[in-house]
Amino acid sequence: MDIFLLEAIINGILLGGVLALLALGLNLIFGVIDVVWICYAELVMCGMYMIFWLHGFFGWPILIASFAAILGVAGLGMLLHLLVISPILGSAPINQLLATGGMLFFLQSLATLLFGTDFRNIGLRLPIIEFGDIFISYSRLLAFGAALIGAVALYLFLSRTYLGIAMRAIAQDREVMGLMGVDQRRIYLITSAVGGALAGLAACLLVLQYDVHPFIGLSFGPITFMICVLGGLGNMIGGFVAAFVMSQIIAIGGYYFSIEISYVLAFVFFIVLMFIRPQGLLAR
Amino acid sequence: MLSLRSVSAGYGSFRALFDVSLEVAPGEAIGVVGPNGAGKSTLMRVISGMLRSFSGELAFEGRSLTHLPAYRIVEAGIAHVPEHRRLFSKLTVEENLRIGAFLPQARRNYAERSEWVYALFPRLLERRRQLAGTLSGGEQQMVAIGRALMSKPKMLLMDEPSAGLAPLVVNQVFNLVRRIREEGFTVLIVEQNLQQVLEVVDRAYLLEVGRIRLSGSAAELKTNPMIQQAYMGL
Amino acid sequence: MMHEANRRIAPLILAAFGLAVVPFVTSDYVLHIAIQILLWGFVYTAWSLMGKFGLVSLGHGAFLGIGAYVSPLLWNYAGLTPWLGIPIGVLMAVLLALIIGYPCFRLRVIGHYFALVTLALSQVALLTIVAARDITGGSLGMTPRAVGHSWYALQFPEKPYFYAIALVVWVFGIGVWHFVDLGTGRAALDAIAEDEGAAAAIGINVMREKLRVTVASAALTAFGGALLSQYFMYVNPDTLSGIGVSLQIVFAAIAGGMYSAFGPTAGGLFTIALPEILRISMGTNFVGAANTIYGALLVIFIIFMPRGIIGLVERRLAAPPARI
Repeated sequence: MDIFLLEAIINGILLGGVLALLALGLNLIFGVIDVVWICYAELVMCGMYMIFWLHGFFGWPILIASFAAILGVAGLGMLLHLLVISPILGSAPINQLLATGGMLFFLQSLATLLFGTDFRNIGLRLPIIEFGDIFISYSRLLAFGAALIGAVALYLFLSRTYLGIAMRAIAQDREVMGLMGVDQRRIYLITSAVGGALAGLAACLLVLQYDVHPFIGLSFGPITFMICVLGGLGNMIGGFVAAFVMSQIIAIGGYYFSIEISYVLAFVFFIVLMFIRPQGLLAR
Repeated sequence: MLSLRSVSAGYGSFRALFDVSLEVAPGEAIGVVGPNGAGKSTLMRVISGMLRSFSGELAFEGRSLTHLPAYRIVEAGIAHVPEHRRLFSKLTVEENLRIGAFLPQARRNYAERSEWVYALFPRLLERRRQLAGTLSGGEQQMVAIGRALMSKPKMLLMDEPSAGLAPLVVNQVFNLVRRIREEGFTVLIVEQNLQQVLEVVDRAYLLEVGRIRLSGSAAELKTNPMIQQAYMGL
Repeated sequence: MMHEANRRIAPLILAAFGLAVVPFVTSDYVLHIAIQILLWGFVYTAWSLMGKFGLVSLGHGAFLGIGAYVSPLLWNYAGLTPWLGIPIGVLMAVLLALIIGYPCFRLRVIGHYFALVTLALSQVALLTIVAARDITGGSLGMTPRAVGHSWYALQFPEKPYFYAIALVVWVFGIGVWHFVDLGTGRAALDAIAEDEGAAAAIGINVMREKLRVTVASAALTAFGGALLSQYFMYVNPDTLSGIGVSLQIVFAAIAGGMYSAFGPTAGGLFTIALPEILRISMGTNFVGAANTIYGALLVIFIIFMPRGIIGLVERRLAAPPARI
């Protein structure tokens, strides 16, 4: 096999890790609260800017900056829920979509206003590792590893802790939760924080590899949506699998054509799959 | 222990309960009977906080519970076993029980508590890793009751425990209610199955079209012709 | 009865007269603004055809972009007159709407799923345009070859001509809106919006109704996009395709009020006037200020005024409901 193709495939798997993390976050929010955060990628963008300013400008060590960003985006998630989502929880889904869509617009424009459209890089040069003839960047490997750890942590949280079980339960029967002594609003808030934290983690991983600019959300937001729809909205495992499938298409498409074409291919694949397997990749 | 005074409730412009008053003393088992559509489930939902009353007062152990959200009422010590069980079907039996112990005070004694519940329902111990949705009707009812018991309640509300169950299973369920009484719990049962419930409770109220028509000891009510009328007439 | 009819028609005739007279009494600058409001109002109205029935598309940028690019491309590379180029663009948009709509509607992809699919669609459209940068000029945009005043090329340096075209098109759009609103399709679509299962159970061909309104919406949007690129004599993927403009469309229709005929146009007034005012007062220092305000307002509108500005006005003017 062509060594560069192998490299592309491996990079695809590594990319898949981060996309899976994003899909997990989006699915968590949807599964528990029944809302799609259309501005999810923009929350990641905020996290990336946070790291850029904390580390690149104020000189904080990268680990501290990353940790702060995770907390910061978790906070943003909670604010988003409190200010935007909870007032409209009862109303038609269209309103929720438009509200988070509006936030996407708002965050992108605010970032443009505050930081300009320049591409910013945190200037962290991590080494490139050689495996035989293949060159894999250390930052990509790190991102993949961290994403997997994040996913495992989420799994343990959801299956072992009271809060985690409550979150899974709420997704199945909202009304009865009160009878368990659970304050729904608190669960929603915590879920929003966890979803935000996952976005923050993704931001830490992405900022190592890519420049940040106000529209960076567009580079992975729509892909994440496609992944979640493919895997079944709210289906954590489905999203996880779909992330790797899509990332392979992007990687291989990018290898043979260009990055834009690879996204188009991913979309075409997505539409075709919708034609032939509407229930998503993982049908019950 | 529990007292309702002139409670009225409903859904939107539809009134389901009119001026309902009742009392439950500690250690008692009280039944609320009545035909379909009488408002029995509405009554349960008002007590457990799932539904906000229009007017009237609700007090438990001297504390007012009027208009409190459901999770506060559970904290106060009332656990509700909902109509049709309402289990989390995609969670295991064990997880269902665990969620019942969500309250901080219940979490502390989780191990001890779950042991006790499993002792009460040995079948559940075998099936504890099974998904709740895959159990039989009777087993699901056991999980529902067990889940409610996990929160260390002082009083148990049971909403139509025999609904949708085969007659043999219904017998088992009412035997369970007797056992729970023996353990010292105060119970308020809402039931359509007149025969069975009057065997198990001390006193009962007859609810018809949202109003209390009759109340008395189980013995009295068994022979009261009005009850038969209520069930047949409407 | 005559009084009723007269009372309704009179203000409309007055307004129509006022609109027709505009080019003769105002400057080019005002006309420039008016044309934009009319054309964008048309586009927003087209979106609201779907939006008011719960089919929230976050991807109309795709249709707009197709319409905006196809006829200039055909003009520049094949010398094809926009009179043919525009219909071809509209047809392509219709095709895309069918390709996306059919699986979505057949498989009951509604609500969240539909919004996400359309969102991805608009982004993909933008990426396709950028990827084909050799012929489309990519992110730098492209201009149709200018030939001065020409009906054949549909190019008019003098604004009043385009104003007339824009006015006619806009009125057409309102007409289509009313047609959909009053036609039998409307009852069907309302039923579908309320409860799809029930609608299907009483024999409504859910798929056909949805596809029809989607195709109409896509076609009109593409048409509007074609006229916009024809008027500005410049087309750029960021202004006429992609998520940004898709959300702008949604915002305008919602803010103006998509449940009324003139609502989307009111939204157009807002989306054109706001950046102009900002530009005049703050210069170009605050790039992105207008959009930031839109985004914030969209969110605020959704929370507090889901029926838009016009909806609010309508409610104030409406007589109090009769007491039963």
